[in-house]
Amino acid sequence: MINFKPILAGAVLALATGMTALPAAAETPANMLVIANRIDDITTLDPAQSFEFAGSDVSRNVYGKLVNFDPLDLTAGYQPDLAESWTVSEDGRTITFTMREGVTFHSGNPVTAADAEFSLRRVIILNKTPAFILTQFGFTPENVSETIVADGNTLSITTDKRYATSFVLNCLTATIGGIVDMKTVMEHEVDGDMGNTWLATNTAGSGAYSVQSWKPNESVTLVSNPDFYLGAPAMERVIVRHIQESATQRLLLEQGDIDVARNLNPEDISGITGVDGIDVDSELRGRLMYISLNQAHPVLSKPEVREAIKYLIDYEGMQDSFLRGQYTIHQNFLPATYLGAIDDAPYSLNVDRAKELLAAAGVEGLEIEVGVREAQERIEIAQSFQNTMALAGIKVNITVGTAKQILGRYRARELDVYLGAWGPDYPDPHTNAGTFAYNPDNSTEAGATGLLAWRNSWDTGGLTEMTAAAVVEGDRDVRAQMYGDIQRKFLEISPFAVMFQKIEQTGRRSNVQNLGLGGAITAVSYWPVTK
Amino acid sequence: MLGLLFITFIIGRVMPVDPVLSIVGESASKETYDAAYKAIGLDKPLIVQFATYIWDVITGDFGVSLLNARPVADDIKRVFPATLELATLGTLIGVFVGVPLGVIAAVKRGSWIDQIARVLALVGYSMPIFWLGLVSLLIFYGILGWVGGPGRVGIFYVDIVPEVTGMILVDSLLDRNWDVFRDALSHIILPALLLGYYSLAYISRMTRSFMLEQLSSEYITTARVKGLSERAVIWRHALGNIKVQLITVIALSYAGLLEGSVLTEIIFAWPGIGSYITTALLSADMNAVMGGTVVVGLVFVCLNIFSDLLYKYFDPRAK
Repeated sequence: MINFKPILAGAVLALATGMTALPAAAETPANMLVIANRIDDITTLDPAQSFEFAGSDVSRNVYGKLVNFDPLDLTAGYQPDLAESWTVSEDGRTITFTMREGVTFHSGNPVTAADAEFSLRRVIILNKTPAFILTQFGFTPENVSETIVADGNTLSITTDKRYATSFVLNCLTATIGGIVDMKTVMEHEVDGDMGNTWLATNTAGSGAYSVQSWKPNESVTLVSNPDFYLGAPAMERVIVRHIQESATQRLLLEQGDIDVARNLNPEDISGITGVDGIDVDSELRGRLMYISLNQAHPVLSKPEVREAIKYLIDYEGMQDSFLRGQYTIHQNFLPATYLGAIDDAPYSLNVDRAKELLAAAGVEGLEIEVGVREAQERIEIAQSFQNTMALAGIKVNITVGTAKQILGRYRARELDVYLGAWGPDYPDPHTNAGTFAYNPDNSTEAGATGLLAWRNSWDTGGLTEMTAAAVVEGDRDVRAQMYGDIQRKFLEISPFAVMFQKIEQTGRRSNVQNLGLGGAITAVSYWPVTK
Repeated sequence: MLGLLFITFIIGRVMPVDPVLSIVGESASKETYDAAYKAIGLDKPLIVQFATYIWDVITGDFGVSLLNARPVADDIKRVFPATLELATLGTLIGVFVGVPLGVIAAVKRGSWIDQIARVLALVGYSMPIFWLGLVSLLIFYGILGWVGGPGRVGIFYVDIVPEVTGMILVDSLLDRNWDVFRDALSHIILPALLLGYYSLAYISRMTRSFMLEQLSSEYITTARVKGLSERAVIWRHALGNIKVQLITVIALSYAGLLEGSVLTEIIFAWPGIGSYITTALLSADMNAVMGGTVVVGLVFVCLNIFSDLLYKYFDPRAK
């Protein structure tokens, strides 16, 4: 016989004590930064392998690099970090870095040129996904013993041919350029993996923070490095909590249980705008939204048609309606804040102009297929595109599919029109120029599926050569000019209609200062943050 | 169990998500892609992949998560206690409120209590948990500040008590750390009440119909005629006779909660097995999906055995 009464009373009592007398935490501690973010994309913490946004956010604060961006002045470009200075050989192929003295890893081991040599060689030998950022300079597992060499306090890297120094150095600011503690890492080597397994969940860097714990889909906790060479960070602990829901993030932010909410949707952003004690930041990110026309298509390959379609996109209408606060109009392949980026935006919705162009090309009754991945904003863009194209008598059929389906067909050059996003891989203009405006062999056999120009069967009309020239230009300013020229020509002749650049809107408690999210070129930096 | 494994395996293979792509990313070179493809064994025939998988599971090895490079067993050890804690508390609430409510509703059939119980159950069935969760968070956490917010404990209390069971309420009790206990309770109470409400809706309706059946039986009339107090008739005789049926209902509802309720977990940022399996499914992390499925399957089997044992205890005929 179960007597419910006392149990029931007990339960009610327990609930009552649980629900009362708990003072709501008004704010987070002064030496602690608490961030809500979606961190389910972190697959590893190893800088030689990590290639996701949330992973870069961790890495940037944990690993020092030879050269790095100053979070408070991103436009200054790369600056000395673990390398104090560098010289370039006369043939432009060898860069010799002099290491900064007196910097130590979290383990207490000194940071030496040998560690840098180990870290960069390790990237090449492990050859994980992001390794191409370095192997594009001709480094191979076979030649690293000659091309990446430490000598005393210096490290020399020798590329297979001459490249713009700014290109090489920009690439070294990527996550892959993180310098790991050789001694600690090799102590944890298993089956010749150069510590890859251990570094997936542990860290061995010299940066402002080290990872105390990473619980997938739950949280990442960083603790500060009091011996950080730029000075001990004010935030002694940084906790990034995985909060999937925008509304949940907003509630936490309003209650002061978190300092920063990084995934607020436009409704929640407008909900907290103007609220006392909360600021909203808008930061440009590197992701671009574009439409591309397959040049193997007999009609889409006509210059007039390409131009006409660029006039049949309602850039402003989309920016001001469903993309509000998420994307801003940007029509060039270099995201704003990249070296050489320009802000020319000559196209806007102009149906009459488009009709003239189509008439000149003798196009009538065109029907095309546009492939788009099953993501809300992309489908909405596709629908807007469908409507505006209809105004000029072009019928657009939208095919929605999974990433695998749509990308598979795109890579196989099977789509008439692709609507999608592109994110730069590393903080140098070549990352986008090398894919939008570079296609040395347009034949099917070339199989250059990684190049967007190839995927659209576009021979680039001379931009390939201009891009190749820009990559070897030694002078940073001249190089920036060259990218400006490439983009102006690209705007005119390319089958790409770049439409938007991503904006990330962040809710932040007003007392949190100097939180740099890294713009389009790098990741978040916690060490300058104060409260 | 084998059938379960087989089905998840097949679903995993026909899903239009490319596991390799989610590991190496869209811009990986062909060589990197192929290396990863081989590394996870996708180049072997399906039947070989399945056999390898079954063997690994039998030997207790769920493999390494394709996405976060950790043993799936470790991940499950981390996420399952969170779900267990929440589901247990939710079921307790469901039982201790739902059963008496069902009994009273049956006894006072047609009265206002019965009506209220009916409305409560109906609302519980039909209200989207996503909405209810957000609204209750907004009211009790956002406006009133009575409960802790999303997550298992406040940031002050993260990783303070030594992990024994992985269930923070239990661990903090073992450690006699009352601050952590109170904080954890304030965080779990809202999602637990929400889940409790759902299981209450089910349990109270079932209890009511079981009770009605009993109350119209002859032995009840006999008991009343014998002059037993109404209390003894209802709570001892009638309720006593539906125990076995109730156990089945409660076990089912408990098992349902133990699968992890994805939406509740997402809203309350509760790192449980439901959102773990969902995330894994969406990124085709098949090792994690199958590991999670096996655990859920095991839970069902265990609960079945457990309720069978309870039958024996409560029902003299089964002895």
